[in-house]
Amino acid sequence: MSPEAIVAEAERIKAAGDCAPRLGRDPVNQPMINNWVEALGDTNPIYVDEAAARDAGHPGIVAPPAMAQVWTMFGLNGFRPDDDPMGKATELLDAAGYTSVVATDCQQTYHRYLNVGEQVSVTSRLSDIRGPKRTALGEGWFITFQTSWQVGDEVVAEMLFRLLKFAPGTGPAPEAPAGERVTPLVSLDTEFFWAGTKAGELRIQRLPDGSLRHPPIPALWKDKSEQTDYVVASGRGTVFSYVVHHAPKVPGRQLPFVVALVELEEGVRMLGELRGIEPADVQVGLPVQVGFEKLDDAATLPFWQVTA
Amino acid sequence: MTAIVEPTSIQIGTTLPDLVITADPTFVISTALATRDFQDVHHDRDKAVARGSKDIFVNILTDTGLVQRFVTDWAGPRARVKSIALRLGVPLYAGDTLTLTGTVSAIEGDDIHIDVVGKDRLGDHITAKAVIAYRSSHE
Repeated sequence: MSPEAIVAEAERIKAAGDCAPRLGRDPVNQPMINNWVEALGDTNPIYVDEAAARDAGHPGIVAPPAMAQVWTMFGLNGFRPDDDPMGKATELLDAAGYTSVVATDCQQTYHRYLNVGEQVSVTSRLSDIRGPKRTALGEGWFITFQTSWQVGDEVVAEMLFRLLKFAPGTGPAPEAPAGERVTPLVSLDTEFFWAGTKAGELRIQRLPDGSLRHPPIPALWKDKSEQTDYVVASGRGTVFSYVVHHAPKVPGRQLPFVVALVELEEGVRMLGELRGIEPADVQVGLPVQVGFEKLDDAATLPFWQVTA
Repeated sequence: MTAIVEPTSIQIGTTLPDLVITADPTFVISTALATRDFQDVHHDRDKAVARGSKDIFVNILTDTGLVQRFVTDWAGPRARVKSIALRLGVPLYAGDTLTLTGTVSAIEGDDIHIDVVGKDRLGDHITAKAVIAYRSSHE
């Protein structure tokens, strides 16, 4: 649907004006006020104490003005009437692919406080639509609704409510991490390890007595021409310890990231980035599996990922 | 606790006492229900996560109510709240803490304008402007 077609349809919804007045389910009442002040922790006595309300110049107990909208909420099983402009505008933008929603502004004006026993009705209309706009969340439309609460014919409160309806996945791509990734330094003693990661193998040095060692040690008195003896690890292990790196910045990486010390099935421990998990969710003992990331033709880094 | 502030002592730049709200799941859910807001993202963690949120989060009607409580905690029961304009920022997820701070930004006739900011761990959750007034002496 073209922007022009969306605007044209929105103008029709605007021109329809206010929906029919809808009565709140219950009149303004003390039990709902009591629930509200208790949940909000509001100890203003004018909402619960007749004498205090009169002292403050009210004719009796009043409802918190911020409850204006509460009296006419749809409730658990409520539904929007067909002429409700928010329902219509939502359908229009959903159909055009702007399926996600976030509220941006809510401005309430209270013309007077409500008294217990008063019956409130509500009307609303679409008052403004602007778009398409590029936002941090994606391409979308700002739609503004004007809502009015009445007791009889008297307007007691009004609200401007602005929503952004946006197309998910159309926001700016995440900023590429600055700088190049740091590549490993390869020495004669670690060359077998990095050759292994390139080959998709996690290699652990084996000493002459058969024991395994990581990181590799050099003092084996071998001739340079001789290969380091190693075994290929299964790649499975558990998180033995970890840190969440928040600062400083690391070239080529987005913060924060998790560095885990993993105890491999073969018994040695190995450091690496742990990916695919929220830092707050990492735990010691978490089962992980190695993965390999090719940085360039010369270097491939092992990393850890949580096994399902 | 409700402190009575004499209108004469209020001037531009007067700061309000901070209000710290512990938004544990009980707070998020009880305020959502007290405001008759049954949207699942305010009481059902699994559904909130399925919709892309980290957890259940505080609803907008509660934010308005918190700003109202914050200004009348300070201004006392004789103050009338005339308007509350909220700009909504980062969510307030269950488990976080909200700290409300406020400053009198303007006085126009009987109207006292108060700028309110509510911060949580993610940043500014609420940026609001509230207007209150005391009854005129002739009333």
